Amino acid sequence: MSAFQGTRMNPSKFHRSQLKFLAFLIPLAIFMALPIVYIFFHAFKPIDELFAYPPRFFVDNPTLQNFVDLFTKTNDTGVPMSRFLFNSVVVTLIVVVLTVIISTMAGYALSKKNFKMKKAIFEINTLALMFVPAAVMIPRYLLIDELGLINTFLVHILPLLAMPIGLFLVKQFIDQIPDELLEAARLDGASDFQIFVRIIIPLVKPAIATIAILSFQLVWNSVESSSLYVNDEGLKTFSFYMSTLTSTVEGNNVAGQGLAAAASLIMFVPNLIIFIILQSQVMNTMAHSGIK
Amino acid sequence: MKKKPNKRDYSPWMFLAPYIIFFTTFIIIPVAAAILLSFTYFNAIETPTFIGLSNYVGLITQDEVFMQKILPNTLTFALIVGPGGYILSFILAWALAQVPKRMRTVLALIIYSPSMTAGVAMAVVWTIIFSGDETGYLNSLLLTMGVLLEPIQWLQSPEYLMKIMIFVTLWGSMGVGFLAMLSGVLNINTEIYEAGYIDGINNRFQEIIYITIPSMKPQMLFGAVMAVVGTFQAGAIGVALSGANPTPQYAGQLMVNHLEDYGFIRYEMGYAAAISVVLLIVVYLFSKVAWRLFGEKD
Repeated sequence: MSAFQGTRMNPSKFHRSQLKFLAFLIPLAIFMALPIVYIFFHAFKPIDELFAYPPRFFVDNPTLQNFVDLFTKTNDTGVPMSRFLFNSVVVTLIVVVLTVIISTMAGYALSKKNFKMKKAIFEINTLALMFVPAAVMIPRYLLIDELGLINTFLVHILPLLAMPIGLFLVKQFIDQIPDELLEAARLDGASDFQIFVRIIIPLVKPAIATIAILSFQLVWNSVESSSLYVNDEGLKTFSFYMSTLTSTVEGNNVAGQGLAAAASLIMFVPNLIIFIILQSQVMNTMAHSGIK
Repeated sequence: MKKKPNKRDYSPWMFLAPYIIFFTTFIIIPVAAAILLSFTYFNAIETPTFIGLSNYVGLITQDEVFMQKILPNTLTFALIVGPGGYILSFILAWALAQVPKRMRTVLALIIYSPSMTAGVAMAVVWTIIFSGDETGYLNSLLLTMGVLLEPIQWLQSPEYLMKIMIFVTLWGSMGVGFLAMLSGVLNINTEIYEAGYIDGINNRFQEIIYITIPSMKPQMLFGAVMAVVGTFQAGAIGVALSGANPTPQYAGQLMVNHLEDYGFIRYEMGYAAAISVVLLIVVYLFSKVAWRLFGEKD
């Protein structure tokens, strides 16, 4: 046996040997965090600090005024801010839950079932992964119009439910589950549905959490459906409203800066919260306990 | 009596149906339509007229901007950001797996956080930092330090725009590919390592090449495909930073911007569709390389 003790993955406690990793990770993390920290400080700056010269990174007299302005401001057509926020929250919740269910089911079939066209479907899915959304905007618009979805709440949801990247990732994870495990369950009398719920889902939790995070970001940050498919102001989403604040037309004025700073923070924080909730799943190491 | 296991096996189509329905409706049909459109002249108002391969021929032979600026820009950008971001995310995931859980969680959160600030918020931050007058953070800092005598128009100068785009994209590239790799590294069975040491692995480099990477091939492939797709699709960044499409002297113009320029500014939809098909082919070729490296051999 060689003297090399090997790398200690997923250590349970701190040891001096980890210092070399930290020496590299911590400075990098601080550097990467700077713009994020800036988003936080910026949102609480009063108007004179937003335009101060020389520019300041930190805030001296934090104020909630930007948020108050943001929430009391109604846009030109009289729709209150809270309405956009409500729309975004509802749409995002529905899309994340349905995307996860739909992609995991499809991933199970594509990974563990044998049938004609299995290869072809996965190949087409992989190809679709590479198509630029901007390229299909026009045909997509015509199709959505044809389906009668223009100006409906559903138009925020339906086009986002099939996520090629999600299916791709889940299938990759399910491939790692040994077939023997499923056969054993089948011998014990488990039905397909039971196998899916009791074995597949718990074992691919890291993948599920990853696509939940991804789909959350896609929906929450998406402005496409609001700007292209919805004319009714009351049906638009928060991210769309936010993009109007930072657009060159409005963003240049003095009041707009404060609103945009506050809105950036509101856009960012839910992403952060979702990640914090789901990260333990992403980083969990459960898979082996089921497989061993 | 034993039950026949087959009776309780549902058809794969039952599991696939919801996905297939949405996938076909909102992805396959529009993509097919876009491919058809690429063989037409279409100005978004009149009915498309069939013109065969003219769009493609025009793109390759007549579109000087495309050949001289867009293509080199896109390849430079993709070849730096793609492999760069990919290698960086593997190294970070690997290093993070070796610190205790609590510390790892905090660090992973920070490293992942830039990719959450997608779109608008990101443009807000970076345009202020790289702002062209003396109120920009970078200019202000460099002026105070005496490195510069007068402010630089960072985002309007062809010399710097591409570098800033690469920098900002790398900064935000630790996304889901990175998360998948992190869960991949953590999920490697420790017994495989022990077996490896018995078989004579005697340094870290060998360990990574012979154990870590092969054991997480699916995640490595996912990360690679995400890196390829992400970098070729990242187009918004140059336009968001410089505030104009086309970007100043086409310095930061990527294929996606060119496509949007023709599609939504000049309304030459057929031509734009042809650009998107070319983009698809380029992305596909690069992804094939990723499959070669990390795909399972069937």
